[in-house]
Amino acid sequence: MRAAVITFPGINRQEDIARAFTIAGAEAVHAWHADTSLPQGTDVVVLPGGFSYGDYLRCGAIASRAPIMEAVRAHVAKGGYVLAVCNGFQIACEAGLLPGVLMRNAGLKFVCRAQHLRVERNDTAFTKAYAKGQVIEVCIAHGEGNYVTDDETLARLEGEGRVAFRYCDAGGDVTKRNPNGSRNAIAGVYSENLRVLGMMPHPENLVESLVGGTDGLGLFQSLVKAA
Amino acid sequence: MKARVTVTLKNGVLDPQGKAIEGALKSFGLEGIASVRQGKVFDIEVDTVDKSRAEALLNQACEKLLANTVVENYRVEVVG
Repeated sequence: MRAAVITFPGINRQEDIARAFTIAGAEAVHAWHADTSLPQGTDVVVLPGGFSYGDYLRCGAIASRAPIMEAVRAHVAKGGYVLAVCNGFQIACEAGLLPGVLMRNAGLKFVCRAQHLRVERNDTAFTKAYAKGQVIEVCIAHGEGNYVTDDETLARLEGEGRVAFRYCDAGGDVTKRNPNGSRNAIAGVYSENLRVLGMMPHPENLVESLVGGTDGLGLFQSLVKAA
Repeated sequence: MKARVTVTLKNGVLDPQGKAIEGALKSFGLEGIASVRQGKVFDIEVDTVDKSRAEALLNQACEKLLANTVVENYRVEVVG
Protein backbone atom coordinates (compact mmCIF):
# COMPACT_ATOMS: atom_id res chain seq x y z
CA MET A 1 0.00 0.00 0.00
CA ARG A 2 1.33 3.40 -0.96
CA ALA A 3 0.55 6.52 1.05
CA ALA A 4 1.32 9.91 -0.50
CA VAL A 5 1.99 12.49 2.19
CA ILE A 6 1.43 16.02 0.91
CA THR A 7 3.54 18.84 2.29
CA PHE A 8 2.26 22.40 2.08
CA PRO A 9 4.35 25.38 3.22
CA GLY A 10 4.06 25.50 7.02
CA ILE A 11 3.14 21.84 7.47
CA ASN A 12 5.39 20.19 10.08
CA ARG A 13 3.99 16.71 10.82
CA GLN A 14 4.67 15.08 7.44
CA GLU A 15 7.63 12.99 8.64
CA ASP A 16 5.79 11.69 11.72
CA ILE A 17 2.78 10.52 9.77
CA ALA A 18 4.95 9.00 7.02
CA ARG A 19 6.82 7.12 9.76
CA ALA A 20 3.54 5.81 11.21
CA PHE A 21 2.57 4.43 7.80
CA THR A 22 6.01 2.81 7.44
CA ILE A 23 5.75 1.20 10.88
CA ALA A 24 2.33 -0.16 9.90
CA GLY A 25 3.87 -1.78 6.83
CA ALA A 26 3.03 0.74 4.11
CA GLU A 27 5.26 2.57 1.68
CA ALA A 28 5.14 6.30 2.39
CA VAL A 29 6.13 8.75 -0.32
CA HIS A 30 6.13 12.54 -0.26
CA ALA A 31 4.30 14.93 -2.55
CA TRP A 32 4.54 18.71 -2.80
CA HIS A 33 1.71 21.23 -2.77
CA ALA A 34 2.73 22.70 -6.12
CA ASP A 35 2.64 19.32 -7.90
CA THR A 36 -0.26 18.82 -10.26
CA SER A 37 -0.41 15.03 -9.96
CA LEU A 38 -0.09 12.46 -7.20
CA PRO A 39 2.78 9.93 -7.14
CA GLN A 40 2.14 6.91 -9.33
CA GLY A 41 0.14 4.21 -7.57
CA THR A 42 -1.10 6.34 -4.66
CA ASP A 43 -3.65 4.40 -2.58
CA VAL A 44 -4.01 6.83 0.31
CA VAL A 45 -3.56 10.59 0.22
CA VAL A 46 -2.39 12.00 3.54
CA LEU A 47 -2.98 15.63 4.53
CA PRO A 48 -0.74 16.05 7.59
CA GLY A 49 -0.83 18.42 10.53
CA GLY A 50 0.96 21.70 10.97
CA PHE A 51 0.27 25.33 10.22
CA SER A 52 -0.02 25.67 6.46
CA TYR A 53 0.50 29.26 5.35
CA GLY A 54 0.77 30.27 9.01
CA ASP A 55 -2.99 29.72 9.41
CA TYR A 56 -3.44 33.01 7.50
CA LEU A 57 -7.00 33.95 6.50
CA ARG A 58 -8.53 30.78 7.98
CA CYS A 59 -6.80 27.54 8.98
CA GLY A 60 -6.33 25.44 5.85
CA ALA A 61 -8.02 27.96 3.54
CA ILE A 62 -5.03 28.78 1.35
CA ALA A 63 -3.64 25.24 1.25
CA SER A 64 -7.05 23.93 0.18
CA ARG A 65 -6.67 25.94 -3.06
CA ALA A 66 -3.14 24.61 -3.84
CA PRO A 67 -2.44 23.04 -7.28
CA ILE A 68 -2.15 19.47 -5.85
CA MET A 69 -5.70 19.67 -4.49
CA GLU A 70 -7.18 19.18 -7.98
CA ALA A 71 -5.41 15.81 -8.12
CA VAL A 72 -6.64 15.03 -4.60
CA ARG A 73 -10.21 15.82 -5.69
CA ALA A 74 -9.85 13.48 -8.66
CA HIS A 75 -8.47 10.76 -6.34
CA VAL A 76 -11.51 11.20 -4.06
CA ALA A 77 -13.91 11.17 -7.02
CA LYS A 78 -12.46 7.77 -8.00
CA GLY A 79 -13.15 6.45 -4.50
CA GLY A 80 -9.57 6.82 -3.21
CA TYR A 81 -8.72 7.01 0.48
CA VAL A 82 -7.73 10.23 2.25
CA LEU A 83 -6.49 10.57 5.82
CA ALA A 84 -6.57 14.22 6.95
CA VAL A 85 -5.18 14.98 10.39
CA CYS A 86 -5.33 18.26 12.34
CA ASN A 87 -4.41 21.03 9.88
CA GLY A 88 -5.09 18.41 7.21
CA PHE A 89 -8.66 18.09 8.54
CA GLN A 90 -9.01 21.87 8.30
CA ILE A 91 -7.68 21.75 4.73
CA ALA A 92 -10.10 18.94 3.81
CA CYS A 93 -13.07 20.91 5.18
CA GLU A 94 -11.98 24.08 3.38
CA ALA A 95 -11.57 22.06 0.18
CA GLY A 96 -15.12 20.76 0.52
CA LEU A 97 -13.98 17.13 0.83
CA LEU A 98 -15.69 16.97 4.22
CA PRO A 99 -18.58 19.03 5.63
CA GLY A 100 -18.25 21.56 8.43
CA VAL A 101 -15.63 24.01 9.68
CA LEU A 102 -13.03 23.93 12.45
CA MET A 103 -13.48 27.11 14.48
CA ARG A 104 -11.43 28.63 17.31
CA ASN A 105 -11.49 26.43 20.44
CA ALA A 106 -14.41 27.47 22.64
CA GLY A 107 -11.98 28.05 25.54
CA LEU A 108 -9.73 30.18 23.29
CA LYS A 109 -6.63 28.26 24.37
CA PHE A 110 -4.36 26.11 22.24
CA VAL A 111 -4.84 22.65 23.77
CA CYS A 112 -1.91 20.22 23.70
CA ARG A 113 -2.41 17.06 25.74
CA ALA A 114 -3.23 13.36 25.76
CA GLN A 115 -6.87 12.82 24.88
CA HIS A 116 -9.22 9.84 24.95
CA LEU A 117 -11.41 9.15 21.94
CA ARG A 118 -14.30 6.76 21.48
CA VAL A 119 -14.22 4.75 18.25
CA GLU A 120 -17.77 5.13 16.92
CA ARG A 121 -17.67 2.29 14.39
CA ASN A 122 -15.15 -0.36 13.45
CA ASP A 123 -16.42 -1.37 10.04
CA THR A 124 -14.54 1.26 8.02
CA ALA A 125 -11.17 1.05 6.30
CA PHE A 126 -9.70 3.21 9.08
CA THR A 127 -10.94 1.43 12.18
CA LYS A 128 -11.11 -2.35 11.60
CA ALA A 129 -8.27 -2.94 14.07
CA TYR A 130 -10.36 -1.43 16.89
CA ALA A 131 -13.52 -2.57 18.64
CA LYS A 132 -16.72 -0.56 18.29
CA GLY A 133 -16.96 1.77 21.26
CA GLN A 134 -13.30 1.20 22.20
CA VAL A 135 -11.67 4.07 24.05
CA ILE A 136 -8.23 4.93 22.71
CA GLU A 137 -5.72 7.47 23.93
CA VAL A 138 -3.96 9.70 21.41
CA CYS A 139 -2.73 13.31 21.41
CA ILE A 140 -4.31 16.59 20.48
CA ALA A 141 -2.50 19.82 19.68
CA HIS A 142 -4.68 22.53 18.16
CA GLY A 143 -6.10 26.00 18.67
CA GLU A 144 -8.89 25.68 16.13
CA GLY A 145 -10.52 22.29 16.49
CA ASN A 146 -14.04 23.29 17.37
CA TYR A 147 -16.09 21.33 14.84
CA VAL A 148 -19.11 23.30 13.68
CA THR A 149 -21.85 22.48 11.17
CA ASP A 150 -25.43 23.63 10.78
CA ASP A 151 -28.13 21.52 12.47
CA GLU A 152 -29.18 19.87 9.25
CA THR A 153 -25.65 18.70 8.37
CA LEU A 154 -25.08 17.51 11.93
CA ALA A 155 -28.27 15.43 11.83
CA ARG A 156 -27.22 13.97 8.49
CA LEU A 157 -23.73 13.06 9.77
CA GLU A 158 -25.18 11.40 12.85
CA GLY A 159 -27.92 9.64 10.86
CA GLU A 160 -25.48 8.27 8.30
CA GLY A 161 -22.98 7.07 10.93
CA ARG A 162 -20.31 9.45 9.71
CA VAL A 163 -18.89 10.41 13.09
CA ALA A 164 -15.59 8.52 13.31
CA PHE A 165 -14.39 9.49 16.79
CA ARG A 166 -15.73 11.48 19.71
CA TYR A 167 -13.76 13.12 22.51
CA CYS A 168 -14.41 11.39 25.83
CA ASP A 169 -12.88 10.67 29.23
CA ALA A 170 -10.98 7.48 30.12
CA GLY A 171 -14.28 5.71 30.79
CA GLY A 172 -15.74 6.62 27.40
CA ASP A 173 -18.10 9.34 28.64
CA VAL A 174 -18.49 11.70 25.66
CA THR A 175 -20.05 14.43 27.78
CA LYS A 176 -16.66 14.87 29.49
CA ARG A 177 -13.27 16.17 28.34
CA ASN A 178 -14.44 17.90 25.14
CA PRO A 179 -11.29 19.99 24.57
CA ASN A 180 -12.62 22.56 22.13
CA GLY A 181 -16.42 22.78 22.19
CA SER A 182 -16.98 20.62 19.09
CA ARG A 183 -20.64 19.86 18.43
CA ASN A 184 -21.61 16.41 19.74
CA ALA A 185 -17.96 16.03 20.89
CA ILE A 186 -16.98 15.21 17.31
CA ALA A 187 -13.25 14.58 16.90
CA GLY A 188 -13.38 13.08 13.40
CA VAL A 189 -15.80 12.64 10.49
CA TYR A 190 -16.07 10.51 7.37
CA SER A 191 -17.10 11.43 3.85
CA GLU A 192 -20.31 9.93 2.49
CA ASN A 193 -18.46 6.90 1.04
CA LEU A 194 -16.47 6.47 4.31
CA ARG A 195 -13.17 6.75 2.41
CA VAL A 196 -12.15 10.23 3.50
CA LEU A 197 -11.44 10.61 7.22
CA GLY A 198 -10.73 13.96 8.81
CA MET A 199 -9.75 14.16 12.48
CA MET A 200 -8.19 16.75 14.79
CA PRO A 201 -6.30 14.30 17.09
CA HIS A 202 -2.91 12.87 16.07
CA PRO A 203 -2.95 9.07 15.88
CA GLU A 204 0.58 9.23 14.41
CA ASN A 205 1.92 10.43 17.78
CA LEU A 206 1.16 7.11 19.44
CA VAL A 207 2.47 4.31 17.30
CA GLU A 208 5.46 3.22 19.40
CA SER A 209 5.49 2.15 23.05
CA LEU A 210 8.75 4.10 23.48
CA VAL A 211 6.79 7.36 23.32
CA GLY A 212 3.94 6.40 25.59
CA GLY A 213 1.51 4.20 23.76
CA THR A 214 0.44 2.51 20.54
CA ASP A 215 -3.28 3.29 20.45
CA GLY A 216 -2.86 5.21 17.18
CA LEU A 217 -1.22 2.34 15.32
CA GLY A 218 -4.49 0.47 14.69
CA LEU A 219 -5.69 3.20 12.36
CA PHE A 220 -2.64 2.86 10.10
CA GLN A 221 -2.74 -0.95 10.25
CA SER A 222 -6.42 -0.89 9.31
CA LEU A 223 -5.69 1.30 6.28
CA VAL A 224 -2.77 -0.85 5.18
CA LYS A 225 -5.04 -3.91 5.16
CA ALA A 226 -7.90 -2.13 3.41
CA ALA A 227 -6.07 -0.20 0.69
CA MET B 1 -10.94 51.30 -8.03
CA LYS B 2 -10.72 50.72 -4.33
CA ALA B 3 -13.02 48.38 -2.50
CA ARG B 4 -13.55 47.10 0.99
CA VAL B 5 -14.68 43.56 1.72
CA THR B 6 -16.00 42.82 5.20
CA VAL B 7 -16.30 39.23 6.41
CA THR B 8 -18.28 38.53 9.57
CA LEU B 9 -19.49 35.42 11.35
CA LYS B 10 -23.10 34.46 10.72
CA ASN B 11 -25.58 34.98 13.52
CA GLY B 12 -25.62 32.08 15.93
CA VAL B 13 -22.03 31.00 15.20
CA LEU B 14 -20.07 30.99 18.45
CA ASP B 15 -17.43 33.73 18.42
CA PRO B 16 -15.11 33.13 21.40
CA GLN B 17 -12.72 35.87 20.22
CA GLY B 18 -15.55 38.40 20.10
CA LYS B 19 -16.61 37.28 23.59
CA ALA B 20 -13.09 37.74 24.91
CA ILE B 21 -12.86 41.24 23.38
CA GLU B 22 -16.29 42.06 24.82
CA GLY B 23 -15.13 40.92 28.26
CA ALA B 24 -11.97 43.05 28.00
CA LEU B 25 -13.93 46.15 26.96
CA LYS B 26 -16.35 45.65 29.82
CA SER B 27 -13.45 45.23 32.24
CA PHE B 28 -12.34 48.81 31.41
CA GLY B 29 -15.64 49.97 32.85
CA LEU B 30 -16.85 51.24 29.46
CA GLU B 31 -20.55 51.71 30.04
CA GLY B 32 -23.04 50.62 27.40
CA ILE B 33 -21.11 47.91 25.49
CA ALA B 34 -23.77 45.25 24.95
CA SER B 35 -21.93 42.69 22.80
CA VAL B 36 -18.99 42.31 20.39
CA ARG B 37 -18.62 40.13 17.29
CA GLN B 38 -15.31 40.31 15.45
CA GLY B 39 -14.55 39.85 11.77
CA LYS B 40 -12.11 40.71 8.99
CA VAL B 41 -11.68 43.64 6.62
CA PHE B 42 -9.88 43.41 3.25
CA ASP B 43 -8.98 46.59 1.38
CA ILE B 44 -8.59 45.62 -2.25
CA GLU B 45 -7.65 47.58 -5.36
CA VAL B 46 -9.15 46.38 -8.62
CA ASP B 47 -8.03 47.12 -12.18
CA THR B 48 -11.37 48.30 -13.46
CA VAL B 49 -13.40 51.49 -13.41
CA ASP B 50 -16.67 49.63 -13.89
CA LYS B 51 -18.37 49.42 -10.52
CA SER B 52 -20.59 46.47 -11.31
CA ARG B 53 -17.65 44.52 -12.76
CA ALA B 54 -15.65 45.25 -9.63
CA GLU B 55 -18.50 44.04 -7.47
CA ALA B 56 -18.93 40.86 -9.50
CA LEU B 57 -15.19 40.17 -9.29
CA LEU B 58 -15.07 40.68 -5.53
CA ASN B 59 -18.17 38.56 -4.95
CA GLN B 60 -16.33 35.79 -6.76
CA ALA B 61 -13.24 36.38 -4.62
CA CYS B 62 -15.38 36.02 -1.50
CA GLU B 63 -17.07 32.83 -2.68
CA LYS B 64 -13.75 31.28 -3.76
CA LEU B 65 -11.51 32.24 -0.87
CA LEU B 66 -12.13 35.27 1.33
CA ALA B 67 -15.17 33.89 3.17
CA ASN B 68 -16.15 30.42 4.28
CA THR B 69 -19.86 30.69 3.59
CA VAL B 70 -20.65 27.79 5.94
CA VAL B 71 -20.09 30.12 8.88
CA GLU B 72 -19.36 33.57 7.44
CA ASN B 73 -21.19 36.37 5.63
CA TYR B 74 -19.45 38.90 3.42
CA ARG B 75 -20.15 42.41 2.19
CA VAL B 76 -18.52 44.11 -0.79
CA GLU B 77 -18.36 47.92 -0.97
CA VAL B 78 -16.73 49.59 -3.94
CA VAL B 79 -15.57 52.94 -2.63
CA GLY B 80 -14.40 54.43 -5.94
